Amino acid sequence: MLTIGILGIQGAYFKHKEILESLSVKSVIVKYSQQLNDIDGLIIPGGETTAFSKQLDHEITFDNLQKFAKTKHTFGTCAGIIVQGKGINNKKVLQLEVLNVTIERNAYGSQIESFIDNIDLKFDDSKKPFQAIFIRAPKIIQVGNDIKVLATLDGKPVLVENKLHLGTTFHPELTDDFRIHKYFIEKVKSRN
Amino acid sequence: MENKSFKVKVGLAEMLKGGVIMDVTNVEQAKIAEDAGAAAVMALERIPSDIRTYGGIARMSDPEMILKIKEAVSIPVMAKCRIGHFAEAQILEEIGVDFIDESEVLTPADEENHIWKYDFKVPFVCGCREIGEALRRIGEGAAMMRTKGEAGTGDIVEAVRHMRSVNRGIRKLQMMNNDELMSEAKRLGAPISVIKEVAAKGKLPVPNFAAGGIATPADASLMMQLGAESVFVGSGIFKSEDPKSRAEAIVKAVTYYNDPKVLLEVSTGLKDAMVGMPAKSLPEEEKLAKRGW
Repeated sequence: MLTIGILGIQGAYFKHKEILESLSVKSVIVKYSQQLNDIDGLIIPGGETTAFSKQLDHEITFDNLQKFAKTKHTFGTCAGIIVQGKGINNKKVLQLEVLNVTIERNAYGSQIESFIDNIDLKFDDSKKPFQAIFIRAPKIIQVGNDIKVLATLDGKPVLVENKLHLGTTFHPELTDDFRIHKYFIEKVKSRN
Repeated sequence: MENKSFKVKVGLAEMLKGGVIMDVTNVEQAKIAEDAGAAAVMALERIPSDIRTYGGIARMSDPEMILKIKEAVSIPVMAKCRIGHFAEAQILEEIGVDFIDESEVLTPADEENHIWKYDFKVPFVCGCREIGEALRRIGEGAAMMRTKGEAGTGDIVEAVRHMRSVNRGIRKLQMMNNDELMSEAKRLGAPISVIKEVAAKGKLPVPNFAAGGIATPADASLMMQLGAESVFVGSGIFKSEDPKSRAEAIVKAVTYYNDPKVLLEVSTGLKDAMVGMPAKSLPEEEKLAKRGW
């Protein structure tokens, strides 16, 4: 049976767990390196990347996380996609560099610039819009050749994937629409 | 539209879960907080224990110092306004702070009314001692609650009292049927719509953090185990002997709040905690938690 881990250093990790439970997918909050051995995929939730980075030092280390992410699936939302991506020039923010996207943090400004907008999911033929919640969100400013863009806002990518990894600049865990989580689960299943 | 923007406000509160929000009074402290792994900082001119010593009227901080702190760190920056002082809140919103704390730590501007928080785009956090107070604030549009504790004392006893009281209030609502909920709404002076939501879900509709008296990693763990979703640390860090180590230890203690092995490690060898004062020793009129209606 499939087990999905959710990185539980700081942030909205329980929201992801609630969704996985609704989808009857076994899940575990990951706070220790050894837990990585027992999961098939890892969700990196929203939160503060400086807070995540600071604590990737002992109980769970950056090296172990990177080793995991190089061969297994990850799904990052907001702060999560910053961790998956590259190009942040700040030594307080550690990046796994497993998703070939260049990220700009807090690209829309402070909280009063946070917003909700509808986007179309390219993998879903229903054409039903997805309500995307952007909170102090990052922007994807450059994508590599191996990146597939699955949704855009104003022509700019906000949901992207490569073979193993899926990332959003918004917060699907704050809605009752589970399509993106389901897509990730299917992605993990199809390669196991 | 009201609901849509409320969702965005509560969303930020969700992102701050499992973390530590630290009081800072200057750029240097803000950087120490960020480096230690704080989820956010609260920018204020004087931390609560100094407000107590200083006396006088405690007001919103100088926008210049808030702006400097905003420039110095990438994590969310919060700031406090006086209870009911919506003009201070308008100024803080204009600065672009990420959260406003309508706080009992400052001298209240209105002894009957709180701010109608739906009028703002910026989210608010408010203090509470019991379920009725929490639900009134949520009824006014607060996107995050924090139990008050007794700020500036370094004494955890009031924080524990308030967290237990809120959670007991929630459990009580869960046991009541619809006909009882209306009279409970009357007794608590809180909106029936929010009361029914809490009774059905068994939790507040917004995140609830702990504040007021947290001074050690063990204090932080205690509050998390009692049901807090994050902790605010005010005087506890920068009134201690070695703020940097203490800040890092409290951050770790929140993430690993139920792992005694890690808690032992981070509690060992920390220099002195803030001296503090027993909350009981305060005359009633000096208790900050009593402010709020």
